[in-house]
Amino acid sequence: MSAAIEVQGLTKRFQGRTVVDHLSLTVPQGRILGFLGPNGSGKTTTIRMLCGLLTPDEGEGRCLGLDIRTQSHAIKRQIGYMTQRFSLYEDLSIRENLDFSARVHGLPERKARVEAAIERLGLTARRHQLAGELSGGWKQRLALAACLLHQPRLLLLDEPTAGVDPKARREFWEQIHAMAAEGLTVLVTTHYMDEAERCHAIAYIAQGKLLATGSVEEVIRGAGLTTFSVAPAHGGAETGLLARRLRGVPGIELVAPFGALLHVGGGDREALLAALEPFRREADFLWREDAPTLEDVFIQWMPAQSPGESRP
Amino acid sequence: MNRALNGQRFSWQRLRAMMFKEFIQMRRDRLTFAMMVGIPMMQLILFGFAINSDPRNLPTAVFDRDHGPFGRALVAHMVASGYFRVVEEIQEDAQIEAGLALGRVQFVVSIPEGFSREVARGRRPELLIEADATDPAATSNALGTVSVLAWHALDRELRGPLAGLRSGPPPFELKMHRRYNQEGITQYNVVPGLMGVVLTMTMVIMTALAVTRERERGTMESLLVTPLRPIEVMLGKIFPYVVVGYIQMTLILVAARVIFGVPVVGNIGVLMVASVVFIMANLAVGFTFSTLARNQLQAMQMGFFYFLPNILLSGFMFPFRGMPEWAQRVGELLPLTHFLRIVRGVMLKGNGPEEILGEVGALGVFMLVVSVVALKRYRQTLD
Repeated sequence: MSAAIEVQGLTKRFQGRTVVDHLSLTVPQGRILGFLGPNGSGKTTTIRMLCGLLTPDEGEGRCLGLDIRTQSHAIKRQIGYMTQRFSLYEDLSIRENLDFSARVHGLPERKARVEAAIERLGLTARRHQLAGELSGGWKQRLALAACLLHQPRLLLLDEPTAGVDPKARREFWEQIHAMAAEGLTVLVTTHYMDEAERCHAIAYIAQGKLLATGSVEEVIRGAGLTTFSVAPAHGGAETGLLARRLRGVPGIELVAPFGALLHVGGGDREALLAALEPFRREADFLWREDAPTLEDVFIQWMPAQSPGESRP
Repeated sequence: MNRALNGQRFSWQRLRAMMFKEFIQMRRDRLTFAMMVGIPMMQLILFGFAINSDPRNLPTAVFDRDHGPFGRALVAHMVASGYFRVVEEIQEDAQIEAGLALGRVQFVVSIPEGFSREVARGRRPELLIEADATDPAATSNALGTVSVLAWHALDRELRGPLAGLRSGPPPFELKMHRRYNQEGITQYNVVPGLMGVVLTMTMVIMTALAVTRERERGTMESLLVTPLRPIEVMLGKIFPYVVVGYIQMTLILVAARVIFGVPVVGNIGVLMVASVVFIMANLAVGFTFSTLARNQLQAMQMGFFYFLPNILLSGFMFPFRGMPEWAQRVGELLPLTHFLRIVRGVMLKGNGPEEILGEVGALGVFMLVVSVVALKRYRQTLD
């Protein structure tokens, strides 16, 4: 089975600033890849290069077996791209929006398809309502329906669930998985950890560079992080104060509060243990080593990079 | 409760914060800033240098069937007045019509056969000046000058026994024929012209906004990722406004006829067909602006920046021939200039397809050039 996305050394610069830096990525058909990374790390730019909206400065690759440089027109016929912003027409009704998408793709049996899509959405009664009047969750559902009308083989979703309530998010993911089971390939960007864990595989990008790829477990294991959960031993102990003391100590790379608990960790196990030694002798806190979460891994990666600056 | 504590009193500090923010935003939007400087500069140059409501050096054709001294002397005096410039010597009647209909000349002076002889005999022969009076403003001063000049133009030539003719009425009878607009009614000129102005304004701004709106609302990206090709987007955006343009034209035509009583001498069908080129040219301009503007405000400003020379240099507001050479050259580049000649030609002069072909051609060239620019600018990719 061929890969739906296969790109090597993809690079894009804007005014001398490298936004995507030699990115290579392979996504097998029928898989859901979670594309993660801080804001401004180059996720959207990568997606735009994949669907032919941007021409890469360097690198090459194929999308659905088609060359992203020379065959973008053919790629566009077979992909569905849901942009970050709601990008249907707010001054068109639900039906009119879907009808426009169907016409643009020259779909046969247009009316029937549009009606079926509206029914699937459960919006039959509201089909003449303007898209601009819909709530965030419904807009997202409508946008997804619009980019699925022409039955794409690859779905590119740029933060599809931003500002959507948990119930709608859950339904969204159920739908995505059902479609992936039928062979649709999905590349989805998100900032939600629970969503990342729903993907078959994840790719983490920072400063335009791909830092890690693989399943969630592989990425966590690959980060080689040692973490401790710290709980207050008595009512007078403040994890907040402890966190302030721990920050900046060499060897400690992760200090993150989780409710009353504190997650502390580092990439170098020996250095971390040595650094924590004096703190663990204090009787105010209970220390327990636990498995790092995906979020621990990401937080440990993040502080080293602030947007617009390159990593030292 | 104390108003000061409540923060309800006018605060200079808050006012300054607000003003400071406005200045930063003003400076950030380079185009708006450039327009704020550019538009007054353009107005200054156009109003200050280009516009002249007393046009001189108007192109004149002379049909001299007499070849006598008095006729020649008279023409020389007319030229000396500064209002007339002889550009053509014509030989037959048909050329009179052609020169005026095509707008090649503003006046035709016809000196009848035996003019000098008749003058010498004191028989006061007729001298005919025909003027293209579609724009009364362009001809009234010149014609006024001739009627004054006629009284003494031949004084020097009337010597010896003829000296007696010097006093009294002019030694010939001056007949002035204001063609196309006999009563010199300004509306006859302005109302057809308005059709061009309205079309320019709506077509350019509407298209510019329509495309910029897609970009501003973020729908452009989705559009770009569909199989739609640039030419399809462009034509699809433009065509609905062609229909709007025709509705506007019809409205103005009906109003011209019913409310202003403007005569429609020519064939409306010819005008409608020729207009499509003009409408398309303007839409292509609007589309080009939309590819340059980052937001709807900028698109509006560009539209205005384009509109200004069109209205001032095309001959709509001020006689085209009154402008200096350079301004006329600029005017020739603007589609409205050519459209005004078409619409006035068809409605007032009764011009047919052959007479307007040159102007339609000029519009066609303009439309093609701008369309190519528009298509090149409209990028299928975002980079």
